[in-house]
Amino acid sequence: MMRLKVKEYYRVKSTQEAINLKRQYGEKAMYIAGGTDVIVGIKNKKWNPEVLISLNEIPGLSYIKEENGYIKIGALTTHRQIEKSPLIERKVEALMDAVKNLGSVQIRNVATIGGNLCNAAPSADTAPPLLVHNAMINLEGPEGQRSLPLEEFFLGPGKTSKKEEELLIEITIPVPPKTAKSAYWKHTRRSALELPIIGVALYLDVELGDYGRLQKVFDSPDLTWDDGLRALNESEIFCKELRLALGVAAPIPLKIKDLDGIVKGKRLNDQVFSEVIELALQKAQVRDSWRGAAWYRKEMIRVLTKRLVLICLRRILKEV
Amino acid sequence: MRYTINFKLNGEEMSTEVDPSWTLLYFLREVLGLKGTKEGCGMGECGACTVQINGKAVLSCIYPVMEIEGKEVWTIEGLAQSSEALHPLQRAFIEHGAIQCGFCTPGMIMSAKALLEENPSPTEEEIKEAIAGNICRCTGYVQIIEAIKYAAEERHGSKE
Repeated sequence: MMRLKVKEYYRVKSTQEAINLKRQYGEKAMYIAGGTDVIVGIKNKKWNPEVLISLNEIPGLSYIKEENGYIKIGALTTHRQIEKSPLIERKVEALMDAVKNLGSVQIRNVATIGGNLCNAAPSADTAPPLLVHNAMINLEGPEGQRSLPLEEFFLGPGKTSKKEEELLIEITIPVPPKTAKSAYWKHTRRSALELPIIGVALYLDVELGDYGRLQKVFDSPDLTWDDGLRALNESEIFCKELRLALGVAAPIPLKIKDLDGIVKGKRLNDQVFSEVIELALQKAQVRDSWRGAAWYRKEMIRVLTKRLVLICLRRILKEV
Repeated sequence: MRYTINFKLNGEEMSTEVDPSWTLLYFLREVLGLKGTKEGCGMGECGACTVQINGKAVLSCIYPVMEIEGKEVWTIEGLAQSSEALHPLQRAFIEHGAIQCGFCTPGMIMSAKALLEENPSPTEEEIKEAIAGNICRCTGYVQIIEAIKYAAEERHGSKE
């Protein structure tokens, strides 16, 4: 049975202690939290650290709270804690969609949101939801703390703008207005222990015109996607803001920029969706892999973007 | 380098020396000789190595042994009082034919145990979610789900 090539293991009690150790050992050392990526990476020989610096005993980095107009998530918060959070369920729906289908219960019990972001996989499930929510991240390093938008964090597969010894401390999400909802669709072959073929997150804020008929259609128990889209085309829902992010569509989790010009103030209908999707497909760099072919991924971006608009609208109309 | 760690295993306080190169699974099987916990994929994808840590189902094959310091670990060996006094989940698995080759069974039961402790009356969907990370190649899962349901109902005394 496989052993790890780890010689020393530190369970630090503060961020400063972790940073100092990382400076001391340099490339020989790796940070570890839940370990569900780190240990697998060591077993796969992707990494070969002699020293592991465990962050799990640092107090005060595991929380979900609302404060001064922001939802704040500590980096050591597990996916399971997020999954059980009424605050996330109410206000960051796309993130809830993502954590519910990530790995398995066993993985979610230990895997942390900070780890999912720092691992920077193009398929990281928590990234597209956080991108459409305009999340910021706080990093702590030898020179103190700094914060940056999450979209500036990802540089490539496994690469981030985090410096070697820096630690991800916290994720902050602006509390969305009441007329806004989000959703994430992880397109997979099976429902557990699977990476997405494509992941799509969408955030929608609307100005409701005449929505009575649409609400009735949405309430129908045997609603089909086509019925929903037809009803939407015939109603008057105006878009205040639409944000879109894709997983596995580029070397990084990708936020689609420049959507405002296309969507702001426009009536939500097929015309607008086509323009949004065309822009997304232009910016995406989908490719063939054994998990899915490029043409299929593109096709699913088309399908899922529309479905996610309907899911978001349904969530919005449930609360008006 | 060796480290001394303190933890509880199947209800008993332990203090022992460990090597940081060990996963929890390696420690359980190769050092303590507790072979009930299985190694399947060794990469956190099949659930055969599931144990409980502080009540939660966790994959011991990707869990560093150093992290059990101060924690409570339960393995399949801790469930039965004796061969005549099996845990209700163990009895339910036997009575419902939820075992064929048996390799996934310890992990399956540990996932089910963690579920029932958190949620004593799970729905079928909740049972499926709880064992979604445990792969069984023999049974087709139907009897496993029935066994877990039965154990849950039995706990409530509704089945005599």
